Amino acid sequence: MDPYLRVDDLRVGFTTTDGVVRAVDGVSFSVERGRTLGVVGESGSGKSVTALAVLGLHDPRRATVTGEITLGGRPLVGRPEAEVRRLRGRDMAMIFQDPLSALHPYYPVGRQIAEAYRVHHPRAGRAEARRRVVEMLGRVGIPQPERRHDQYPHEFSGGMRQRAMIAMALVNDPELLIADEPTTALDVTVQAQILDLLADLQAEFGTAIVLITHDLGVVSQVADDVLVMYAGRAVEQGSVEQVLRQPQHPYTWGLLSSVPSLHGDADADLKPIPGNPPSLIDVPAGCAFHPRCRYAEQTGGRCRTELPELRPAGASGHRVACHLATEDRIRSYAEDVARVGVAR
Amino acid sequence: MSESLLRVRGLTKHFPVRGGLRRAGLVRAVDGLDFAVRAGETLGLVGESGCGKTTTGRMLVRLLEPTGGSIEFAGRDITHAGRRELRPLRSDLQIIFQDPYASLNPRHTVGRIIAMPLEVNGITPPGGTNARVRELMELVGLNPEHYNRYPHEFSGGQRQRVGIARALAPGPRLVVADEPVSALDVSIQAQVVNLLRDLQRELGLAFVFIAHDLAVVRHFCQRVAVMYLGRIVEIGDRDDIYERPQHPYTRALLSAVPDVTRLGPAGRIRLSGDVPTPLDPPSGCRFRSRCPAARDRCAAEEPALVRRDGGNQAIACHFPESGPLGAMPANGTDAEVPA
Repeated sequence: MDPYLRVDDLRVGFTTTDGVVRAVDGVSFSVERGRTLGVVGESGSGKSVTALAVLGLHDPRRATVTGEITLGGRPLVGRPEAEVRRLRGRDMAMIFQDPLSALHPYYPVGRQIAEAYRVHHPRAGRAEARRRVVEMLGRVGIPQPERRHDQYPHEFSGGMRQRAMIAMALVNDPELLIADEPTTALDVTVQAQILDLLADLQAEFGTAIVLITHDLGVVSQVADDVLVMYAGRAVEQGSVEQVLRQPQHPYTWGLLSSVPSLHGDADADLKPIPGNPPSLIDVPAGCAFHPRCRYAEQTGGRCRTELPELRPAGASGHRVACHLATEDRIRSYAEDVARVGVAR
Repeated sequence: MSESLLRVRGLTKHFPVRGGLRRAGLVRAVDGLDFAVRAGETLGLVGESGCGKTTTGRMLVRLLEPTGGSIEFAGRDITHAGRRELRPLRSDLQIIFQDPYASLNPRHTVGRIIAMPLEVNGITPPGGTNARVRELMELVGLNPEHYNRYPHEFSGGQRQRVGIARALAPGPRLVVADEPVSALDVSIQAQVVNLLRDLQRELGLAFVFIAHDLAVVRHFCQRVAVMYLGRIVEIGDRDDIYERPQHPYTRALLSAVPDVTRLGPAGRIRLSGDVPTPLDPPSGCRFRSRCPAARDRCAAEEPALVRRDGGNQAIACHFPESGPLGAMPANGTDAEVPA
């Protein structure tokens, strides 16, 4: 089956007084219907910029978007704004991180969702739109949807607002849903509810989901495939088993070992990645991760001068951008595991 | 048993609300807490938003005045101590804030920021203020040469180090850390947690560590108190809380944390609904409206925080559960991850 969303060599640059910021620099991925791609990385890695590019939300006066984005066989880059607008909200929709700033405080929640519906269903009347919105509010687990329909965002709790955002995103049955840190602002017990809800809705409608998050725990729970980004580039991608169980990029190792866990030795020190993520104005030459990488000296200087390409590594579909030879990588990783112990 | 450095009894903070046409009410942000922290001990306060953990932290350092109960620090009652009475204690009692961007004055150099608590408390360290500032910067992993720079020249993680150096400057015995790492990227978060751990051990500091991230608290704290709607529902030694939780809320909270070492959907204990408003908490046990095990007695009678089986773990529940968190290993297997 052809993937519903295909992104090929996406590049997004912003012109600033300090030069061109390459926020996304050659990223490719695809998502099939009914599957979830987790995009992980730290702040400034280009995750959100990628999402906005897919939705066509970058201002053409400030951002240059190149590469190919295909949605259900239709190319999006270079398509006239009016046509992208017809797809946005109907075929692809977005859930934002902060539901409080994404909902307008002056209008009742139901009316805002109805607006999203009527834009794409111009012949639907008020009554029909209302029926549809109440149905969606009920479906995302909001109790008393009839009453809630006429309430304002401030009358909703954080979890309820995020449910309302999901109802708005799904009101037109989109085939692609992009969720940018959808649970970061929520408490863990509410986060669990929202992740369950997204999984249930996906099973029902076969939606393709791109989930952007910094939380590897969330990714391990809901993603089928994972894309790890660093300084605007993909450093590792593959299935969730490949990337989280047999990680091959030193940055992925660093991320995994720096996350505290509820299991294993609580007295062991965390193993942070030294240094800070780079500024996109001044990305290190060669591999952008080399100043923070323990293994950068093992390649005879290549890491400092030559940009590593994303290449197949081991099992099918698993790809890694690293100069270390595959055997060296697997050995180094095995040594690391042996040195610090498997369980944490 | 050694003497408590900090002892809190029945600590309460109610905020009055004047609602437009509605009747005025009381937000019961913190409603009767009892706990103690010994010298050199780390206590974690965990819970979801609105449980009162930040309000508690602010009362401990007396940025807020309690409306009930008492706070005893180093044998002195500081519950309603005025500015002048607090002054000699200020250097013993410090706070680290959550937001490394908002908590540093952008017009002051970091050297001046770190020196401020020394100046305010009239402390002249042996060797002079400048030498002490440089020593502190070194201690928290900042380059002492940068004492003349401004906060905007530092990254988020470095700014949090400045905040830590400032809290350590007067040589405190107790530090209240309010979500000190939650605004930081994962790789930076681990750096700061390790730093705080090293400092705690090296300097023998007592900590009240406030956080919503249960995994971070597990790596930092010896004892943990779980809060819900202004009350402590369970308190005990770290391993008891994480390995043998007995309150249904603690169990639900722990099982809701997505853990990177487990793939696939977790067998969670699902809680329905949201945390109720502290304006009008449920009768009896405050957790009963979301509790999977609630019975009639829970609505009628508020459970007291009591120790069971003579252990160190106290639980506020009529029907505590025991045994391992059965639901957790479902579908999950351990991942091999270098730590």
